[in-house]
Amino acid sequence: MPRVSRNRRLELLGIGTAAGVFSGLFGVGGGTVMVPLLILWLGYDERTATGTSLAAIVVISAIGATTQAFYGNLHVDDGLLVGIPAIGGVLLGTWLQQRVSMRVISGLFALLLTALAVDLVVTS
Amino acid sequence: MIVEAALIGVAAGAVSGMLGVGGGILFVPALVLVLNLSQVEGEATSLLAILPVAAVGTWSQRRYGNVRLAEGFLMGTLAAAGTIGGVALVNVLPAHVVKVAFAVLLLFTAFQMVRRALAPDVPPARDGAGS
Repeated sequence: MPRVSRNRRLELLGIGTAAGVFSGLFGVGGGTVMVPLLILWLGYDERTATGTSLAAIVVISAIGATTQAFYGNLHVDDGLLVGIPAIGGVLLGTWLQQRVSMRVISGLFALLLTALAVDLVVTS
Repeated sequence: MIVEAALIGVAAGAVSGMLGVGGGILFVPALVLVLNLSQVEGEATSLLAILPVAAVGTWSQRRYGNVRLAEGFLMGTLAAAGTIGGVALVNVLPAHVVKVAFAVLLLFTAFQMVRRALAPDVPPARDGAGS
């Protein structure tokens, strides 16, 4: 692995900290925070930013899940039952991506997210 | 319950793969609304569910030369204090505040998707399970 300069370490600390807080608060990986910052601040291209953020997410989600386990909130069985089949889902999605209209899918997904947002708040 | 959980995983993974959004944005509401976890339990469990997806995503993207592994792992490790702080924070916030905040994140992501749908040219997302 290449050496990482001190300056770059500080930049990665800043981006990582922001992503970590976001990840811990929302239970997501933090790519929403990391990808644009890696592009705008560190000059990554989009693919490299996304790929590199995935490597960071492996570490962030492991630390976050472990911390949540100490709080007694982690359902290990549900997490594995959802997470392992999701690998197959990603492969399916990547395959479908070449074959369906992303415009339509993006629009439908926006509708779904809006419905979920309403549902979450209403059922609370 | 097992079938439902597996279907959630496949569906959320497929959306991730197609649109390049993270699995967590779908794992959390699915765990809360379908498997009846509390909001904080859903968020905790989503973090575990993300892990295998991100690991496989890293491995496959690395073959395309899209991963700066040293910087990615370093960034994740340096994120530890923030991550632990975020988890600590979500555990002391009132449950309804956490839910509303998550709903805002869902709406923000929906807005991004609408913008993408209306964009003149939709660039294919290549990542899968980005955030």
